[in-house]
Amino acid sequence: MTDSKYEVVIGLEVHTELKTNTKIFCSCSTEFGGEPNTHVCPGCLGMPGVLPVLNKRVVDFAIMAGLALNCQIAEFSKFDRKHYFYPDLPTSYQISQFDQPICKNGYLEIDINGEQKRIGINRIHMEEDASKLVHGGASIATSSYSLVDYNRGGVPLLEIVSEPDIRSPEEARAYLEKLKSILEYTEVSDCKMQEGSLRCDANVSVMPKGSKEFGTRVEIKNLNSFRALKKALEYEVMRHIQALEEGEPLIQETRTWDENKGITLSMRTKEEAHDYRYFPDPDLVPVIISREWVEEIRRNLPELPQARKERFMREYGLPAYDASIITSSKALAEYFDACVALYPEAKTVSNWLMGDLIRSLNAEDQDIRDCRIRPEMLVEMLRLIDNKTISGKIAKTVFEEMFQSGKKPADIVKEKGLVQITDQGEIEAMVDQVIEANPKSVEDFKSGKEKAIGFLVGQVMKLSKGKANPNMVNELLRKKLK
Amino acid sequence: MAISKKDVEHVALLSRLDLTEEEKHLYGEQLSAILAFMGKLQELNTDEISPTAHILPLQNVLRKDMPRPSIDQGEALQNAPLQEKGMFRVPRIV
Repeated sequence: MTDSKYEVVIGLEVHTELKTNTKIFCSCSTEFGGEPNTHVCPGCLGMPGVLPVLNKRVVDFAIMAGLALNCQIAEFSKFDRKHYFYPDLPTSYQISQFDQPICKNGYLEIDINGEQKRIGINRIHMEEDASKLVHGGASIATSSYSLVDYNRGGVPLLEIVSEPDIRSPEEARAYLEKLKSILEYTEVSDCKMQEGSLRCDANVSVMPKGSKEFGTRVEIKNLNSFRALKKALEYEVMRHIQALEEGEPLIQETRTWDENKGITLSMRTKEEAHDYRYFPDPDLVPVIISREWVEEIRRNLPELPQARKERFMREYGLPAYDASIITSSKALAEYFDACVALYPEAKTVSNWLMGDLIRSLNAEDQDIRDCRIRPEMLVEMLRLIDNKTISGKIAKTVFEEMFQSGKKPADIVKEKGLVQITDQGEIEAMVDQVIEANPKSVEDFKSGKEKAIGFLVGQVMKLSKGKANPNMVNELLRKKLK
Repeated sequence: MAISKKDVEHVALLSRLDLTEEEKHLYGEQLSAILAFMGKLQELNTDEISPTAHILPLQNVLRKDMPRPSIDQGEALQNAPLQEKGMFRVPRIV
C-alpha cells in the first residue's frame, strides 16, 4: 500500500455522543430514535430568550475520557460560538469550545506489527451535536428541499482530535479501534457506529519521503465504519500519489466517501473558505475544574483495555493475541466473560469468538450487542460438541443458523437432522461403499501413501453429509484397510 | 481603520444579507466608525489583565442530568412556515 517514495500523514477527528440522559444545554432526552421533533424544547429549538445551562455529567464524562486518554485536564474552560448557516442548527451557531478546550496533550498507544506506537491527542472538547437532515431527493445536491428533525440537536458530543502522527490507513484503523475501545470501557459513550454515536473525519496528505513540507491536505468527512475509514484513506492516498507522479495539482478541499462506488468525491459547497467567527458564548459562564473534581473522577475510572487484557491472560491463561483481540471491545470481553462463567474451557470459547463470531459480525457489519447468538446459546452448542451430538464441522452449520435465526442449537440440530452418526453399523456400511468405489486410493494407501486415507475419510464424510463421527470413520477405515 | 467594500460584502455574505450598492457604502462608513470607536480600547494598558470570558463573576452554573418533559411535535412545529412528516421543511441547502 505505502509506496516507499512517499510518506503519508493522517490526523483523525472523532466525534462521540455521550451517554447522558439529557442534552448538553437543556433537559430533553438524548434517546436515539423517537418520532421526529419530540425530544425538543424552546432551548434546543433555538427560540429567542431561552438560556442554555450546562449538564454536569457532560463535564464529568469529558474529564473521564481525558484521563483515560492521558490528557491534561484544564483548570479553566469555556464555551464559544462557532457560526455557520446550515439548517441542522436552529441558532445558526454551534456551541463548542475554541481556544480553551477541557482536555489537551494526551495520547494512546496502538499495536502495529507487534510494536507499540504512540499517537498524540491534541485536544478534546465538548460541544452540541447538530440535527438530522432528511433530503427530499437522493442526495443533498439533488434535493430541492430537506426536512429537519431536531431530536439529535443538542446531544452532547466530545470531539477528539489526534496529532498528525498516523502514517498509514492501517494505523488510522488501529487508532480508531483503540479509541473506541477506551471510550467504551469508560462508559462515556456506547460508540455504536451504526447509529452514528461514533463518527470520524480524516485529514490526509502525502509528501515525498524525507520532505519537510506537508503535502496538500484533504479532509474526508463521514467515515462511519472501520472499513470505510481504511478504504477511503487507501483510495485517497492512491489518488494523491498518482497526482504527484503525474505532476498534477491537488487542491485543499473537503471530500466525502461514496461507499457504493468506493471513491471519494469533492463536496461542492457555495460557502467560501470557513469563517466561523468564534467568540465566547455570553449565555454560558466558565467552567472551573478543581483538582479535587479531577481526582474524584480518577478514583472512579473503570478497568481499561490494557488492564483487562492482562487479567484475561492471568486468569484464563489466554495467549496475548487472543486476549488483546477479545478485550479490544468491552462488549466482546463481557460476552467472553459470560461464556466462560458457564463453560470454563476459555481457549475453546476464545477460538469460536475470534473465528466464526467475529467473522460473521464483520460480514454483517453487526455489533456484538445486537448478536442473536447469546452466550448461553454458544455454550449450549459447545456442550453438544463435547457430548458428541454434533461434530465440530456440523457445529459450523449450527453456528451459522443460530447467527441468522437466533434459534437454539438443540432445536436447529433437531429440525435439520444434524445429529452426528455414531452408529457403528451405519458408518461401516458407508465405509464399505467408499472402499468399493475408490480402488485406486485404497491401493495407494495400502502401498504406503498415508495421504490417501484423508481422501477416503473425506468421501465418507461427504456421503454422510458431514454427519458421521470423523474419529470413528478414521478408525474403521484403517481397520478395514489393514 | 477603514472597512473596505470587500469587507462589507464578505460580512454580508456570512450574515446572508443582500445589500444594494448604496447600503454597502453606507454600512462601510458606519462599520468603520464603530471600529474606530472600539479602537479607543487599544489605548489602555491591558498587560496585567487576563482576557474576559464572561462579564459576570459567575462560574460552574451546572444542572443535574435529569430529563424533563419535552414539548410535543405539534407545538414544536407551530411556527414552521412549511412542514412535512413531522419535520421542518427547508429550502434547497446547496
